[in-house]
Amino acid sequence: MTADAGHAQRLTELLRENAELLIDKWVGVVAAALRGRSARTELEADFREFYAALVPLVGHDGKNISGPEFTEIRSLLEEYSRSRVRAGFTPSETASSVFSLKEPVFELVENDASPEVFQQALAFSRLLDAFGLLTFESYSRAREDIIREQSEQLLELTTPVVKIWEGVLAVPLVGTLDSARTQVVMEKLLEMLVETGSEHAIIDITGVFAVDTQVAQHLLKTVVAARLMGAECIVSGIRPQIAQTIVALGIEFGDIVTKASLADALRHALRREGVEVVRREVV
Amino acid sequence: MPTGADGPEQVAISGDDDVVRVRQLVRTYAQQTKLSLVDQTKLVTAASELARNTLIYGGGGFARVEEVSDGRRSGVRASFHDEGPGIPDLTLALADGWSSGSGLGLGLSGAKRLVDQFDLDTEVGRGTVVTVVKWKR
Repeated sequence: MTADAGHAQRLTELLRENAELLIDKWVGVVAAALRGRSARTELEADFREFYAALVPLVGHDGKNISGPEFTEIRSLLEEYSRSRVRAGFTPSETASSVFSLKEPVFELVENDASPEVFQQALAFSRLLDAFGLLTFESYSRAREDIIREQSEQLLELTTPVVKIWEGVLAVPLVGTLDSARTQVVMEKLLEMLVETGSEHAIIDITGVFAVDTQVAQHLLKTVVAARLMGAECIVSGIRPQIAQTIVALGIEFGDIVTKASLADALRHALRREGVEVVRREVV
Repeated sequence: MPTGADGPEQVAISGDDDVVRVRQLVRTYAQQTKLSLVDQTKLVTAASELARNTLIYGGGGFARVEEVSDGRRSGVRASFHDEGPGIPDLTLALADGWSSGSGLGLGLSGAKRLVDQFDLDTEVGRGTVVTVVKWKR
């Protein structure tokens, strides 16, 4: 509580006495702004809860809302923000529904001549600002969670290891190769090599936009690991611009077999497997 | 060197995702300037190396990308700023195959070969700024 907690009681009193009126006006303002996209009764139930949690907090100026006395209102607002996101409301709409309480409160204290009450209303307005921003924060946090989940799912999705022939695996790589993804690819490939007993693996990088030293290092490591398990890796899908970049960077692929296309790589692998592909005369 | 119409665009580098972001930004600029596909790839790869250096060896920083023109030709300039430990031995740092970390040791020297202009400004204890330019042919 701040030093003028004694005076703050005046605003608290006003808020208590006029609770019904204020909530009604608050709901009215927000319902009008949302143009009927949210049921009045629903808003009223939510706002009544906020209001009950808010009134004891009058006197705080909102500079620091992390204290234990704010736990209830914080969790209420976070829950509200989450449900609003799901219902398709924008974060501005959610935040401004909190700010909207200011209007009826200011109308109320307008009639009160005492300058203390005006000061208290100002502090209360700052408190509401802080709470409005809190809904914004929990909105973006919810979004970040979704993005993180999706990128993890993507990691799993975008690294398939497929068997394209008896003894030949293919790993088509698409997009950006970073340490995390290469790790996943390497693990999957090594597992599949054991599972299928394959002796050849084709790593196709047609879909990789740029091969820098880190990507190259990851590829080299994967190839070496596969070799230790007795499998030969072929890197395919090296486009002209990638080839030139690799040369300029000075990366040595050593004795690793590289091919321009996946088809070339498959032909190479099949030959090594002792399979001959013959075109038959169509009768 | 007079700059192009657009001001420089700045991206913070504080994580792996930011390296990707820098790469995409450089790529957008390279496409806008209509660099050839080979030059686009070279510049993007160089940017990727340098952004990663900024992150790993410089402890993070920011990248600035802009279109530039010297009157006759246009190009893309990218600079990478960090306030890390700096590079004590430039000759060594630019030598192929030498790395103070666990990389291949080709990033800095390779990036230099991938671009048309390469400026390295470093001071031990103060940080490093690497500026590269790729001109349109």
